[in-house]
Amino acid sequence: MTRTKALRRGLVPWLLPLALLAVWEVAAKAGWLSARVLPAPSDIAVAFWTTLKDGSLPHHVGISAERAVLGLVIGGGLGFALGLINGALPLAEDILDSSLQMLRNVPHLAIIPMVILWFGIGEEAKVFLVAVGVLFPMYLNTFHGIRSVDRGLVEMGRVYGLGPVALYLRVILPGALPAILVGLRYALGIMWLTLIVAETISASSGIGYMTMNAREFLQTDMVLLGIIVYALLGKLADIASRWLERRALEWNPSFHTGLEAA
Amino acid sequence: MMVPLRAAPPPQVQPEVQDQATVTGKGLELAFDSVTKAFGDVGVLKGLDLVIPAGQFVAVVGRSGGGKTTLMRLIAGLDGPTSGTIRINGTARRGLQPDVRLLFQDARLLPWQRVLSNVGIARGPDWKERAQALLAEVGLADRAGDWPYVLSGGQKQRVALARALVTEPGILLLDEPFGALDALTRADMHRLLTRIWRQHGFTAILITHDVAEAVALADRVLVLRDGRVAEDITVDIPRSARVGGAPRLAELERRILNSV
Ligand SMILES: Nc1ncnc2c1ncn2[C@@H]1O[C@H](COP(=O)(O)OP(=O)(O)OP(=O)(O)O)[C@@H](O)[C@H]1O
Ligand SMILES: [Mg+2]
Repeated sequence: MTRTKALRRGLVPWLLPLALLAVWEVAAKAGWLSARVLPAPSDIAVAFWTTLKDGSLPHHVGISAERAVLGLVIGGGLGFALGLINGALPLAEDILDSSLQMLRNVPHLAIIPMVILWFGIGEEAKVFLVAVGVLFPMYLNTFHGIRSVDRGLVEMGRVYGLGPVALYLRVILPGALPAILVGLRYALGIMWLTLIVAETISASSGIGYMTMNAREFLQTDMVLLGIIVYALLGKLADIASRWLERRALEWNPSFHTGLEAA
Repeated sequence: MMVPLRAAPPPQVQPEVQDQATVTGKGLELAFDSVTKAFGDVGVLKGLDLVIPAGQFVAVVGRSGGGKTTLMRLIAGLDGPTSGTIRINGTARRGLQPDVRLLFQDARLLPWQRVLSNVGIARGPDWKERAQALLAEVGLADRAGDWPYVLSGGQKQRVALARALVTEPGILLLDEPFGALDALTRADMHRLLTRIWRQHGFTAILITHDVAEAVALADRVLVLRDGRVAEDITVDIPRSARVGGAPRLAELERRILNSV
């Protein structure tokens, strides 16, 4: 009884999308929808299969992923480091924080023309843009996380004989971790968005290039495939960051609902 | 700083001895020489001259805002006095002191460390065994692997007590640690604290709003008023006789309440 209920729970949300997909397929195959406007789902599946077999899809996905990760590591790492330093040293905060807050107000996509002037359409341009985009969410959340660590716990740590290093590693950093992970989740969203824009405007490889290239040849199925791949990659990053949160914040009761139900 | 744990509490030979700390040489003597503390130009402590002998259990009562927490922070070394000296076993000291531990009103356990790691927060050699031994003393041996958030308020305070004792401090400061607990849990904590104080022999200084709690637990009650010790009362009743309704106890309580 409960099993059929659970089964129904699992299936019901899928009914509407599947029905829409079926209608779409029929409409496209019957010619009601022009293939140039919206190709049939099966055509997209075919496009996926052929590009997978000839290796072009993995190639472009690989390049995009590499840019994304590189930008995230550089920009996120820098933002994290700045957040740590400014959170711990008031002097560093005085020197750096207001400048960073000023820079933060520049939408990073607005500097694309500048970046193209500096780097042309090479790899550096994309990585740089992603790095700039993810730097601020990581910086702000790390800084805020460190600043909002419970002062009572810090005081307790001092009374119980923790030195500066132990205090930082065992009290301040874990206390800031929830905020840092929120920053990471933001950064991941911005990372993909930036990459999509950058690759669409100027690139000679990557998913964005693949879709823009397909657009020139009116291959709408390839364009849609590119969009779907972006969506899947975004989802994947989200799942990964949620998993990380669950693992790292096991001590926090608000992250337990999912685990205990499983 | 790290004194190994004793294997077992020493046997209690005579009933009279039960009333004192049975272990000597563990507690530290605490002395105040004209200690004052002011925040800006507001004087909170206006000259304390006081000696607390090693191993004594002292309760401090006073009105809210009367400077009790301030006094604790001075003893713990979290703040320095504006003038005067605090001496521990005769030596003037400033700064944080490893042989003084503080039990906060909120337990202040690290939520991201399991109970055992919280107790052994100071680490050091074989901290795990020591932490486990202390957890057993407070009756929580089987909760070592739990996250703090699953514990009740009373259990959290017991973990905090174990954490305070793991380094065998000579002075234990308790800033209203039982204020947030219900009456039954509080009575349990009183029994536990009394037993542990007897076994470990530290000097205990307990801040409380509860005059009944003060006379039930302490050898001596200090009433803090207007930044001075207004009353210094010795609780001259054996602990075994301190049951509710004892006339001498009621008299002491009245005297303290009148002077607060
Ligand atoms: N860091 C500080 N800066 C300025 N004033 C302070 C500071 N700490 C305490 N005070 C003041 O000192 C006075 C005594 O405070 P304290 O916390 O010692 O009182 P208390 O006796 O512990 O009160 P309660 O019973 O309510 O806990 C209060 O008027 C308080 O406002
Ligand atoms: Mg207080």
